[in-house]
Amino acid sequence: MTQHTQVILAGIDFADPDTWRLTNYLKRGGYKALRKIFSEKISPEVVIDEVKKSALRGRGGAGFPTGLKWSFMPRQYEGEKYLVCNSDEGEPGTFKDRDIMRFNPHILIEGMLIAAYAMGIRTGYNYVHGEIWDVYERMEEAVEEARSAGFLGNNILGSNFSFQLYNHHGYGAYICGEETALLESIEGKKGQPRFKPPFPANFGLYGKPTTINNTETFASVPWIILNGGEKYLELGKPNNGGTKIFSVSGHVNKPGNYEVPMGTPFAELLELAGGMRGGRKLKGCIPGGSSMPILPGEVMMNTNMDYDSIAKAGSMLGSGAVIIMDETTCMVKALERLAYFYYEESCGQCTPCREGTGWLYRIINRIEHGKGRQEDLDLLDNLADNIQGRTICALGDAAAMPVRAMLKHFRDEFAYHIEYKKCMV
Amino acid sequence: MLSTESLKKIDKEIAKYPADQKQSAVMSALAIAQTEKGWLSSETMDFVANYLDMPPIAVYEVATFYNMYNLKPVGQYKITVCTNLPCALSGGNDAANYLKQKLGIGFNETSADGRFTLKEGECMGACGDAPVLLVNNKRMCSFMSNEQIDRLLEELKK
Amino acid sequence: MINIEINGKQLEVPKGSTVMDAAKQLGIYIPHFCYHKKLSIAANCRMCLVQIEKAPKPLPACATPATEGMKIFTHSDQAVLAQKGVMEFLLINHPLDCPICDQGGECQLQDLAVGYGESASRYQEAKRVVTNKNLGPLISTDMTRCIHCTRCVRFGQEIAGIMELGMSGRGEHSEILSFVGKTVDSELSGNVIDLCPVGALVSKPFRYSARTWELSRRKSISPHCGLGSNLIVQVKQNRVMRILPRENEEINECWLSDKDRFSYEGLNSEDRLSKPMIKRNNQWITCDWQEALLFVVQNLKACVSQYGGRAIGALGSPHSTLEELYLLQKLVRGLGSNNIDHRLRQSDFRADNYQQGIPWLGMPIAEVSNLKSILIIGSNLRKDHPLLALRVRQAVKSGAQLSIVNSTDDDLLTKVAQRAIVAPSELVRTLAQILKAIIEYRYVEIADKIKETLTKVNVTDVTRAIANNLVSNQPAGIFLGNLSQHHPNYSEIFLLAQEIAKVTSAKLGVFGEAANSVGAYVAGAIPNRKLGNLTTNGEEVGLNAIQMLNAEAVSACKAYILVNLEPEYDTYNPQSALERIKGAEFVVSLSSYKGNITDYADVILPIAPFTETSGTFINTEGRVQSFNGVVSPLAEARPAWKVLRVLANLLELKGFDYETSEQVCTELLSDYGNVADHLNNRINEFTVNLNEANVNGIERIGEVNIYQSDPIVRRASSLQLTRDAHYPRAIISPSLMEKLGLRVGDKITIKQGVGESQLEVEQSESIPDNCIRIASAFNQTATLGGMFGEVSVKRM
Ligand SMILES: Cc1cc2nc3c(=O)[nH]c(=O)nc-3n(C[C@H](O)[C@H](O)[C@H](O)COP(=O)(O)O)c2cc1C
Ligand code: SF4
Ligand code: FES
Repeated sequence: MTQHTQVILAGIDFADPDTWRLTNYLKRGGYKALRKIFSEKISPEVVIDEVKKSALRGRGGAGFPTGLKWSFMPRQYEGEKYLVCNSDEGEPGTFKDRDIMRFNPHILIEGMLIAAYAMGIRTGYNYVHGEIWDVYERMEEAVEEARSAGFLGNNILGSNFSFQLYNHHGYGAYICGEETALLESIEGKKGQPRFKPPFPANFGLYGKPTTINNTETFASVPWIILNGGEKYLELGKPNNGGTKIFSVSGHVNKPGNYEVPMGTPFAELLELAGGMRGGRKLKGCIPGGSSMPILPGEVMMNTNMDYDSIAKAGSMLGSGAVIIMDETTCMVKALERLAYFYYEESCGQCTPCREGTGWLYRIINRIEHGKGRQEDLDLLDNLADNIQGRTICALGDAAAMPVRAMLKHFRDEFAYHIEYKKCMV
Repeated sequence: MLSTESLKKIDKEIAKYPADQKQSAVMSALAIAQTEKGWLSSETMDFVANYLDMPPIAVYEVATFYNMYNLKPVGQYKITVCTNLPCALSGGNDAANYLKQKLGIGFNETSADGRFTLKEGECMGACGDAPVLLVNNKRMCSFMSNEQIDRLLEELKK
Repeated sequence: MINIEINGKQLEVPKGSTVMDAAKQLGIYIPHFCYHKKLSIAANCRMCLVQIEKAPKPLPACATPATEGMKIFTHSDQAVLAQKGVMEFLLINHPLDCPICDQGGECQLQDLAVGYGESASRYQEAKRVVTNKNLGPLISTDMTRCIHCTRCVRFGQEIAGIMELGMSGRGEHSEILSFVGKTVDSELSGNVIDLCPVGALVSKPFRYSARTWELSRRKSISPHCGLGSNLIVQVKQNRVMRILPRENEEINECWLSDKDRFSYEGLNSEDRLSKPMIKRNNQWITCDWQEALLFVVQNLKACVSQYGGRAIGALGSPHSTLEELYLLQKLVRGLGSNNIDHRLRQSDFRADNYQQGIPWLGMPIAEVSNLKSILIIGSNLRKDHPLLALRVRQAVKSGAQLSIVNSTDDDLLTKVAQRAIVAPSELVRTLAQILKAIIEYRYVEIADKIKETLTKVNVTDVTRAIANNLVSNQPAGIFLGNLSQHHPNYSEIFLLAQEIAKVTSAKLGVFGEAANSVGAYVAGAIPNRKLGNLTTNGEEVGLNAIQMLNAEAVSACKAYILVNLEPEYDTYNPQSALERIKGAEFVVSLSSYKGNITDYADVILPIAPFTETSGTFINTEGRVQSFNGVVSPLAEARPAWKVLRVLANLLELKGFDYETSEQVCTELLSDYGNVADHLNNRINEFTVNLNEANVNGIERIGEVNIYQSDPIVRRASSLQLTRDAHYPRAIISPSLMEKLGLRVGDKITIKQGVGESQLEVEQSESIPDNCIRIASAFNQTATLGGMFGEVSVKRM
């Protein structure tokens, strides 16, 4: 599989079926960060400071500064607080958390341990995407290994610090990746997002203060503690610290996960992924998972892979899923499939999303099947407008943004499809 | 209603959550029940509700919300193919079509011999391995070219 | 307090208010569907989106907390655009079938669509169709109209205490439904009809019978349980078509029990009497009022002259009005008899000698929600007083510790901290244990008469825990339910409850069984005091209900006047009641229904139910609520107060010159003074008998089912189809089943007194050993004796 650099997938031997095991993780320097905290008696505040310095931003999609998020947890709160890892990776195009858990589960456990220590949390849950059952089972094994070795449980490594970690599996619902839907799901309910405020830091799992981070976010933490926040920041660029695993899929020769420093030029990433399949031309690229706006190939080729650069180019880094589409791709069909996804995955709770995603899909489906009308394009744009920003959670935005971006960059192709009842390509 | 083995597994799941939050185990309890029974009948859901002290309708809500629960009997092997965009760009639809042709059924149908049910799936978080499919929710198969599909079906038919 | 600005107007709102609360305070309407003041915030309909300064996108008013300095615009372009967008989405899959929809004319969606919808839809795709669900006999569905606001689901979870409805599936495929094949059985279910902002959940009995604009809305008061819920009665062409709640925060809030809501069907029952009837030569004939009244007068006079006034006995229903009961007692007292009572299902009247006032709730209804510790003794609360059960749930939700002492362990749909479920014969002992536990816990003086008794009981863990609950959580309330009041040791139960209340500084309350249970005392419909005076005025005390009706009566009555009751259903011991009444020389029944009255009466006078007369009920908290008739009486039926007035005039009794029911009420209350001054649950101490003579055989636990409790509800046809109205069964604990060699579904013969009844056996863990739960007020069980006591069982 993949090319990688020094942080999360460092030292992994993808050919070795036991590379994930605790013994191998220890050989790679695992749990050193945790030991360092205990042996050097690094205070929770300093841990959070270090993470702040690293400019680590949430890898789940929203890119929220992790250190800042951690500092929101009420310090003095008596009673249970929870730490939750979002491994529900369901964003089309994203498959990095799966590989982290498959090949390096202990780095996640160590990252969570450090986070728990920093926020004074005793209990954690890792919510694993339902469709990757083997990975859930691996996580169960890894947790068991850590427990037997004394990395989880009471009085860890004689430090007085205790932390229990449990895995919870999903069972097929994209929306559970949304953090509050995920909490509802752990509580044994339908995964319907909660209205915020209150935010999880005040009212989270079982109504208790809770911090939720993405798998990759946690997995970055041990390195930061071992090497210092500043070092991590330097791997990337200001405000965009560290490395990022990009899941490259679509029309490339070597789809897969590539961990590269933030700010790596897209062209370089494309080359890592083996270049365009069949040497064809890059038509468009969704740089951050299917919910993010698509960008035309020319724009992408001149963009660097970090939050700020991609934002400047008109899209978002999101979860770092890079979906590559070559010149043979019919954008109407591509959008139809995406619209179908959001229509299928809407939780059904709030009106604009429940009703709007179906409407969007039906119109695009009509266009794809030669029954479009030119007015449909403005209607689509307007409906997307009516959904975006008016829903409980960001799935509404996720459904709207691809539509608007497609119409922005490939409107001609849609118009052509309506007029001639067939693809342009 | 459920085997003691299944109940033991459910108890293990219940133990993951605070004592007054048994309901948290409902997703795994339903998954365990489905593994034993093949699908979730209303009796099974009622049983789970009872076991976890939940209103039956709350269990039903959960069972119908998540895609991977079978609310109707399915074939011995439920094959779910991902056709989402990233997979579609790398042959997801071709794999689905090939399966339809080989099994002689469409999506959401079960083969006459009761062996296979075909489902269209959403992103499984394995887009790099496209085409991908899931057998009975738990076994993920990657890079499913036509030859690979032939091999898989051969194996399952045994 | 927080200062904010809405549409340019400044205001101050309490911290924690939402934008919606604040707008309400200013009288600014923000369109909404999912928001409901009594339910948790869902913020799912998005109709209430408003513009907030500095917020990048519109926010839902119902869920957004007001913060200092916030500037809100509810009608700005941004807000209206957002609201219109949401309305469009709501309508695309809605069938827009207002002309055939029952909700038409009272539909929130219809109303708002006028203001926020466009005339032509941009939606040209296929519309969603959702299959309808069978939710039982009360609620009809048209699920395609559902807008997914989830009010009905939240109502079940948060108010009714039981989640019977849920939303299955997800996205556009979400549907509101009950669990596969289940009906909605909550005794509060009808409220979802009101809550549903569209026509998805509508009233089954009312469906298609009228359009709202054809209905006039009249105020009334519910005649059923002790709460006196406030009603809107909707009338079309002099017929009651529907009953809705009239909001009253202090009583029923915005809710109604299904009994209050659907009983009206009984008003239009086939069994209603339309003309007076008399029995001549063993033949029943209809006649005019003149003839019937003269017949009554003649017979009553004959009885008085032959046996004296004391040979007359009068029984009035506690569901009758204050005016009716007042005139009834005035009439019989005018004839020289104190034999009058309304406590038809009470069996132990010894406390009458010790009571210091009218038993009542002991506090305002609303205060129940604020208690921190509650002990309920002998009550099937959810079914007897559905909305009081709701108050108790509210209290528990905000942290109250609830303890139960009862003979059945029925699910209250809330967290019960402690429960002592014991046989009826053990109730007194159980209370004595609680009292003893408290005294052991904190030293307090109690009367010697009681102290003596306590030496004979041993405290158990449960009774100690109940004692603890009461002592450590204040304010506390102790309540006596219907089962206590019917119990053969009501006096002891009352006294011990009072002592427990005293030593824990809890308040003691009695749940009024019927709408006018307190009012009946005020009216003087009791044998030992005229007008509720505390002493007996030197007069000889009359016979109480049990004495008038008991087979071993001290002195039997020769003539009975029955008002608004059916003795085979409404008395403690139907067997002996019927025997007594049948054995009397003359019986006149004032009733709205024919029922079985021809079996035992000599004359039947058709009277108007509560919707056809003006009157007054005094509810269990002592609140006086007067109401007007909402329709005119059916055919020749007449308000009972008028019938009694004319009767008294014909009997040449003085002081019956009333023109209106208000005059009756005014006379009574001006004489009486402030009702509140007479409410008093105090009872003087007496020596407590622990009921040492244990019942050896099998004990009956009698109860009155929710939809059997009064003549109107017994005839409410849709309620009679609910699960709660199921035919009576013999409900037995597993261990007794085993002992008797019974299996579920077996038919058994139950013998009690001289009668017997054949019933099907049902097993239940909620019954103490050696007990058998048999409801009264059914035809099948009217052959049995008292609601409690020994029965024998034989397999058929
Ligand atoms: C519809 C939707 C789906 C999401 N799916 C995921 C997901 O699969 N994995 C994830 O980590 N975050 C997902 N998120 C983002 C989470 O809500 C949350 O922001 C994130 O887990 C926080 O972790 P981070 O700060 O480490 O990124 C999703 C958000 C939305 C609105
Ligand atoms: S936006 Fe969609 S997924 Fe999110 S809460 Fe609303 S209905 Fe559910
Ligand atoms: S009333 Fe606010 S979202 Fe429904």
